[in-house]
Amino acid sequence: MLSLKQRRRAQTVVLGTIAWLVALIIFFPIFWMILTSFKTEIDAFATPPQLFFTPTLENYTSINERSDYFHFAWNSVVVSFGSTIIGMLIAVPAAYSMAFFETKRTKSTLLWMLSTKMLPPVGVLVPIYLLFKDTGMLDTKLGLVIIYTLINLPIMVWMAYTYFKEIPKDILEAARMDGATLFQEIWKVLLPMSKGGLASTVLLSLILCWNEAFWSLNLTASQAAPLTALIASYSSPEGLFWAKLSAVSTLACAPILVFGWISQKQLVRGLSFGAVK
Amino acid sequence: MGIAKQNARMSRYMVSPSVLLLLLWMIVPLSMTIYFSLIRYNLLYPGENEFIGLENFEYFLTDEGFGPGMSNTLLLVGSVLLITVVLGVLISVLVNQAFWGQGIVRVLLISPFFIMPTVNALVWKNLLLDPVAGVFTAVWTFFGAQPIDWFTDYPLFSIIMIVSWQWLPFAILLLMTALQSLDQEQQEAARLDGAGPIALFRYLTLPHLARPIAVVVMIETIFLLSIFAEIFTTTGGGPGYETTNLAYLIYSQALLQFDVGLASAGGLIAVILANVAAFFLVRLVGKSLTDK
Amino acid sequence: MADLTIKNLRKSYGETEILKGINLDIKDHEFVVFVGPSGCGKSTLLRSIAGLEEVSSGEIFLNDKEITELAPAKRDLAMVFQSYALYPHMSVRKNMSFALELAGQDKETINSKVDEAARILELGPLLDRKPKDLSGGQRQRVAIGRSIVRHPEIFLFDEPLSNLDAALRVQMRLELARLHQDLNATMIYVTHDQVEAMTLADKVVVLNQGRIEQVGSPMELYHHPVNEFVAGFLGMPKMSFLPGKVKSVSASGVTAELTSGYEIEVPVSSDSIQPGSDVNIGVRPEHVIITDKNSSKFQAILDVAEHLGSDTYCYVKTLDKQMITIRTPGDFLGTFGETIGLNLDPLQCHLFDTNGKAVPRLSRAAEVA
Repeated sequence: MLSLKQRRRAQTVVLGTIAWLVALIIFFPIFWMILTSFKTEIDAFATPPQLFFTPTLENYTSINERSDYFHFAWNSVVVSFGSTIIGMLIAVPAAYSMAFFETKRTKSTLLWMLSTKMLPPVGVLVPIYLLFKDTGMLDTKLGLVIIYTLINLPIMVWMAYTYFKEIPKDILEAARMDGATLFQEIWKVLLPMSKGGLASTVLLSLILCWNEAFWSLNLTASQAAPLTALIASYSSPEGLFWAKLSAVSTLACAPILVFGWISQKQLVRGLSFGAVK
Repeated sequence: MGIAKQNARMSRYMVSPSVLLLLLWMIVPLSMTIYFSLIRYNLLYPGENEFIGLENFEYFLTDEGFGPGMSNTLLLVGSVLLITVVLGVLISVLVNQAFWGQGIVRVLLISPFFIMPTVNALVWKNLLLDPVAGVFTAVWTFFGAQPIDWFTDYPLFSIIMIVSWQWLPFAILLLMTALQSLDQEQQEAARLDGAGPIALFRYLTLPHLARPIAVVVMIETIFLLSIFAEIFTTTGGGPGYETTNLAYLIYSQALLQFDVGLASAGGLIAVILANVAAFFLVRLVGKSLTDK
Repeated sequence: MADLTIKNLRKSYGETEILKGINLDIKDHEFVVFVGPSGCGKSTLLRSIAGLEEVSSGEIFLNDKEITELAPAKRDLAMVFQSYALYPHMSVRKNMSFALELAGQDKETINSKVDEAARILELGPLLDRKPKDLSGGQRQRVAIGRSIVRHPEIFLFDEPLSNLDAALRVQMRLELARLHQDLNATMIYVTHDQVEAMTLADKVVVLNQGRIEQVGSPMELYHHPVNEFVAGFLGMPKMSFLPGKVKSVSASGVTAELTSGYEIEVPVSSDSIQPGSDVNIGVRPEHVIITDKNSSKFQAILDVAEHLGSDTYCYVKTLDKQMITIRTPGDFLGTFGETIGLNLDPLQCHLFDTNGKAVPRLSRAAEVA
């Protein structure tokens, strides 16, 4: 007969093992991608697949061989950061005023913003494509920045809003009593207090922009194409170099994966529109 | 001027950029879509833009791709929702217990969500599901089974698998976080009342997860209705129309066949579909988002 | 100089009126306490004075200058919030100097003012800490320090002690009283705790449902409440109310017959009272004496006795099921269910008419003197 303590421990070990197993299975594709990126093309295509092999960095050193990797990476960086900065500049004031100067319409405005996310991109693909074509914004970074800002704006407003909502109104009123102007109140009290929340809002926006793959595939060709489009180009038959594909993919995903790990807890709030904290 | 009026005016100034931009984003392209859907408009035949009423809709609805496109869309959304919610609940409850390396396990579990869709699709299509050198083939061979040519024999299932892998972490992430706010005292009280683990799960955990599950369903539905990159990079909608969803169908009509009118009609149908789904979901979940 | 005058102040949120016409004068150096049950509008009134809340109508004057529409920062008032509202990202020193820096004062002045406030509040060793590293009492002191450094015309306190534990609350209450002496400043203080109101105030303002019920010194309010609400609100334990009917009136007072049949003559003015009308007799716990059951016609059954050591509070039930609270000495020995006799001191009884208004006492002048 096992004691209560022993039974508990056994239960923990069993459940822990299952959890680890599940986690490893789910993570396996990523692990395999990283592993393959260190193989030669021949090892990568070996049957049965090789778990042990002589690793090589060749795929990383020759990253620019097939296409100019850094050109695409630079596009991703510019578009993601550009859209995030503009998005924050628009979203933060809106979130501030909705969180601290609630009017009768605030709630419906927030819900309406959320509902704009319901508009499927294909519903507006044609006019956006034609508008971009006519204004010369097709295949430009500016075009992508505009689109990304618009599609992520509701999420950023919501996320900043839920963070601001947690700041006690008293503190802002204290600042007002202390003689702070509106700008000082925001700059010296509100922003320093919510920098953690705003940082994760920024991270979420970066992640969403970096991984976006509908508009980037449809609106860019060679000039402004970000990494998502570069990787999509590997789907063509002549692009089937698994090791190189893996190396490019690993590089493209690594920064975002790290961002995601760092901010996983805070991202939940933005991803769930504040419904889960 | 009174303080309240000042506040109201200032708050209008601060909110209006967001509202105006989103309003433009909704109205301008959407009204263009509506206009295009009512005229003959093909980029290959310029200058013949006469009004043709609902003819585009008729063509789109009777197009041989529409039936499969519609059913594939619903099948894709439904299956992925089912898989991610069920597995999401089970896995998040599993990792909510204390065990060695819990933090690492969580990080591993949510990782796929941060992988870009094109990478996701290509890694699965080649490294994992390839009928010759893929890992799945090796596993099947190891157990003495006949390897499967996934994208040829089960194309839609393959897409569902890929997309589920991408979205399962989202469900886990949200549900895991929600579980952390489960009332410990309530659990203890229930345990003192004689509730076993299954009763605890059924009567305390699941009701607690109802709202986060609703949120997962709502947000996944939004994104899954317009799954595109995964299809674009793997099957290109084929074979035939077997993996063509509405999003891909409209894309192929607009940017491959240049039929703006037809694609616009399709786009509007997608909008209507999304709104029917969203209407109920937002009504259901949205209210509880703001009522706190 | 800081005289505050409030004229016919009204405030409503949509349909609900929170303040229903407040008129109030606050004199320089006064310690004024707004007290009342939750929802009575006391905090709204304070916030209206601070400028954090816009009023619907009425005027507020500070030293004859109208400030009703002025921004909070321009009113020269400082406020201590219930939650303290310290800036979490700033050190204690920075919390206190923030207002002075915003006002553009030079570094030397700021430092000397902060050091002075820190000395008064014994915050010296804590100046470099962040609010999260402070105890509740220390945070409270920082919040007070933040207002002291500004030398405002009026200090506003919004239930500042309600987040502290009981022992600390008593200590901070004493410190606030001393601070008022030392600074010789005008202070307005909101609380729902009548002990704070009684102990701190020069002038107590009792609010109920958006109206001022009574304004006066603590003792005035305690001994001469103008109505049942004030009488019942101030005093721990509460005053007991016994319903009865007026039997006869005379020059020496009003004789009422309680529902238990007991008759008592209360020395109040009989001008507005008719025989036969319903009244309530109010009596405070310390003005009832327990006697042997045979030596009084007014009998009751002892329900619960709470032994506090110095006092014993007895809750007794009269034969007609009225509850009376009695304060007896700490060594009172009574047992549950025991029948006892009660003696009411008619001189200390209050008489309230059908509308709950107190009937004025005849001997008031003599008693107050």
